[in-house]
Amino acid sequence: MSQSQLTATSASDVRARHGFGRVVFYLTIIFMCLMLVLPVIAFFINAFAYRWFYPQFMPNEWSLQAWERLRLIPRSGDRGIEGFISLWTSVPDVVSALGLSLFIGAVVTGISIIIGLPAARALGLYRFRGKRIVEFMVITPTIVPPIAFSLGLNINFIRWDLALEAAGFPLDLSGSIIGVSIVHLVPVMPYVVLTLSGVFANYNPDFESQARSLGAGPVRIFWDVTLPAILPGLFVAALFAFLVSWSQYLLTFLIGQGRVITLPMLLFASAGSGNNAVIAALSLIFIAPAILILLVASRYLSGESSAAGGFGRI
Amino acid sequence: MTHLSIKGLTKRFSGQTEAAVADLNLEIESGSLVALLGPSGCGKTTTMKMIAGLLEPTAGDILFDKQSILRIAPERRGAVMVFQNYLLFPYMSIAQNVGYGLKIRKIDRAIIDQRVREILELVRLPGLESRYPKELSGGQQQRVALARALVVEPRLLLLDEPLSNLDAHLRFELRDLIRDIQQKMGITTVFVTHDQEEAVVLADKVALILDGKLRQYDNADAYYKRPADEETARFFGGQNFVAGRSANGVFEAPLGSLSLPQGAHEGSGILTFRPENVRIGAAATGENSLQARLVDKIFMGTQTRLRLSVGDETITAIANPNDVEGYLVDQEVPLALPSSALWVLKN
Repeated sequence: MSQSQLTATSASDVRARHGFGRVVFYLTIIFMCLMLVLPVIAFFINAFAYRWFYPQFMPNEWSLQAWERLRLIPRSGDRGIEGFISLWTSVPDVVSALGLSLFIGAVVTGISIIIGLPAARALGLYRFRGKRIVEFMVITPTIVPPIAFSLGLNINFIRWDLALEAAGFPLDLSGSIIGVSIVHLVPVMPYVVLTLSGVFANYNPDFESQARSLGAGPVRIFWDVTLPAILPGLFVAALFAFLVSWSQYLLTFLIGQGRVITLPMLLFASAGSGNNAVIAALSLIFIAPAILILLVASRYLSGESSAAGGFGRI
Repeated sequence: MTHLSIKGLTKRFSGQTEAAVADLNLEIESGSLVALLGPSGCGKTTTMKMIAGLLEPTAGDILFDKQSILRIAPERRGAVMVFQNYLLFPYMSIAQNVGYGLKIRKIDRAIIDQRVREILELVRLPGLESRYPKELSGGQQQRVALARALVVEPRLLLLDEPLSNLDAHLRFELRDLIRDIQQKMGITTVFVTHDQEEAVVLADKVALILDGKLRQYDNADAYYKRPADEETARFFGGQNFVAGRSANGVFEAPLGSLSLPQGAHEGSGILTFRPENVRIGAAATGENSLQARLVDKIFMGTQTRLRLSVGDETITAIANPNDVEGYLVDQEVPLALPSSALWVLKN
């Protein structure tokens, strides 16, 4: 059956140990919970606090001022349905940034899967000359500092923009959503290719031969055989792709040239403003999709249909 | 009903000097059941994959009813392969698995359901439609895989080691089942196996492949009576090989002069006879009688295996335990080699 890298180191294996190992296991869990949960609690308090200063353990006053400033909630006295409608139809910056982040994340995820799937299949299933070199090339974006390649890339983008404009195809890469999406692919691809090649390493291509022998053409085989087998892994890869794109600040800033305002751009801008409540509120909005996706994904990340599914080698 | 011709089929994998399959020629009669027999790595599965279209031959041709099918895509060849490890789609129910080939052919749902039910009855698995592969035993999975292939009424059925993953009693059951269904449906069937017993019992004709080359293509009994060469004879359990010369129907060897059946090879050669055809002890009557010394005797229940020496030659024999009762190691034992059991291999 499916034996994945993820289930191989699952909690139950660790828990099976006794004594010291058990203590370390629970301490780790507790530590991780604190690391992840405490900041979120702090954000919640901050986002609704009003004038919360040093000696106070908890804020004395609560307010929605941060949310008003972000223009997500109308000012007091105008909080009827009409107030909300008129505010939201004016598309607050936060909403448009959220939308843009979601859009770029979705596009980057889609493209990275389309590019990454064949590459991962080749790396996972076949042995070929120079495979190690290809594998190394795939992970280089995680080694090379983003500032190093993005500055060079931006210069090239500008050069190409000028060349394209001269050739009569005005297409902006620098300072555009297209350019930002392309540059997001750089840090995203390693995650997608590595995750999926793990899936394919555990995948038995004979199932495809079997379907073919029964009369299925290549397209049918992909939908009927390949996709169901790799779906859990594909889901995890897409998750990585989306979250990596979602959290890009530097690349968006450099290539977007301040014209592509995604959520991290707002977040970093507000971080300098010194208004803790606004920072906290923005942070909550920023982490909300990640938490939502993880909650949905946990269904796929555990149990039988584990991430690195494949059909396994029987 | 499809006649299969394989002409000069060769497969050489890149980076390998030896061909996996070398210049293979086979004619497989319409409606017959043929075994490709050979040890693992001999090229038999490679041959099967080339017939199915899952591998591209380096040279040669494959013809169904005298028409080359090399240019036909595997999914359109109608040669359905059943893999050794069944490969049932794990997320599909048994009915969906079996009906898969029909669904691809865009056949009406109601007809699919009916055909699936019929074929599951044929493989003696009625009522399992809504189960999933992992809920089934290995033998049941194998039969579902068989049903999935049969339901599309293939021109050619290809079975890769159909019995090798099953335990003994299931093997017999499935062997009979395959034989019955093949006879009933008349589908030309080729199966691959490394087990000579399986090949002999199941197949009309056996093609022995050693090192990518066809050694013999014959009825099963021929491998016991008239093996093509020493290796072939050894593959089928032959153990007695005596070098000598045959002339005028008599084989001259250190162990004596033995009369041969008519039409035996003349000139220098190797005499072979099967251990079970050596008449020994109480049964040692008739032509070609010899005296041997008993070297070793192992009682195996229904038979006794003996090693005997005649001069410098050692002979292996299998005898009825009653015939050799009372003979002890180092004693003289009479034996006889009926001429009908002798066969001379070209040297």
